[in-house]
Amino acid sequence: MKKSLLARNNDLANTQRQIEILSNGIFKYELPTFANKIKETNQFPLHPNKLEILQLNLGYMCNQVCAHCHVDAGPDRKEIMTLETMNQCLEVIKKTGAHTLDLTGGAPEMNPNFRWFVEEASKVGVKDFIVRSNLTIIRANKKYYDLPEFFKKHNVHIVSSMPHWTRGKTDKQRGDGVFDKSIKALQMLNDVGYGMKDSSLTLDLVYNPSGAFLPGDQQALENDFKKALKEEFNIDFNKLFAITNLPISRFLDYLIASDNYEDYMFALVEAYNPLAVKNVMCTNTISVSWDGFLYDCDFNQMLNLKVNSTIKHISEYNEELLQNRDISINQHCYGCTAGAGSSCQGVVA
Amino acid sequence: MSKSYYDPADLRKFGKITEWSEELGNKFFDYYGKVFEEGALTAREKSLIALAVAHTEHCPYCIDAYTKDGLQRGITKEEMMEAVHVGAAIKSGATLVMGVQMMNKVNKLEM
Repeated sequence: MKKSLLARNNDLANTQRQIEILSNGIFKYELPTFANKIKETNQFPLHPNKLEILQLNLGYMCNQVCAHCHVDAGPDRKEIMTLETMNQCLEVIKKTGAHTLDLTGGAPEMNPNFRWFVEEASKVGVKDFIVRSNLTIIRANKKYYDLPEFFKKHNVHIVSSMPHWTRGKTDKQRGDGVFDKSIKALQMLNDVGYGMKDSSLTLDLVYNPSGAFLPGDQQALENDFKKALKEEFNIDFNKLFAITNLPISRFLDYLIASDNYEDYMFALVEAYNPLAVKNVMCTNTISVSWDGFLYDCDFNQMLNLKVNSTIKHISEYNEELLQNRDISINQHCYGCTAGAGSSCQGVVA
Repeated sequence: MSKSYYDPADLRKFGKITEWSEELGNKFFDYYGKVFEEGALTAREKSLIALAVAHTEHCPYCIDAYTKDGLQRGITKEEMMEAVHVGAAIKSGATLVMGVQMMNKVNKLEM
């Protein structure tokens, strides 16, 4: 299995280095800055709208090492949210105005206190309780085999990555054997009612392009996924979210190594859609890292761009003060405003 | 001035053709956009046709563009290669069918 950028001592494990590359470009043509781009439509500085989603990263440990991972997650990552931070998060969940709680990782299930946290958080009664499961974790070890039942018991909304309905494309992005395990896990989720017609248990899939290109039309892709997965494997799911790969971390490493970085950045700029800016996810989300720090989004978390606020940590959380911040932006933000826009919930425009 | 006749980055400048003939350029791009919308054929089918024609026309810009377009639509490399074979089959068929004219001419001229 491959290692994370961090374990490989790769230059890009340094977030400052990533920001330098994003800010200064490393190619011959000049790219307009994202700040100037949103100034054209008087959307600078970017401010939050109403908070809707509280996204918690339970740790960077993962059983997979996906080629495009913006978290640089993997088995060698040891950053895990502690019980103390989880308790601080629970206090915030009880008082937040956000209607959605979104647990992510790494593989959030690998946090040793994951099940306790899900039980406690589900008691609070958030409207939409999401767990981003990579699917293969359900088949990784016997102790995870009952996860579908556990998710069902707590009425958790499952969101899982699936880059393609073919084995080759999926395994190339996510690792050998991932496709077969993912199919099995999806069937197990279907068996307990997830994604089934007339069921209240929601199973959504996330599509990330498996290369240096942007996602196509979300609805057309969903139709193709549904047809192929039903015909080949009798799998049902609810919605497909098409998410653009942002040029950070391992995907940035891939773009540079494959000589696609310049073309990819220009493709993002050419596809820039000012209408996507007002609904971009940093305007309705707070992202909390494994160690409790606060970010405008998951991508800013991975670039270590903390919120521009006097409130920096979950232990001092104050929603009203946080709402008055300017959102941190850089060139990676073009990834969320290309075409129909992109967020953890798919298109935004 | 580039020393090469083909610079992949030039594809990004395609829209600039309107600068030297705005009305005709805009009419072309309006037409082009309309052609590739969903219609009696799906946008996916049109993308594969465009890829095949891009090859028969030996247009490197179009090959780059419609390979990427196909990937964005989730089209597999096997589907793309089959489309290229359709183009190649028509090209070779178009060459070979001329052989009938050659045969006709031979038959006319020879005793």
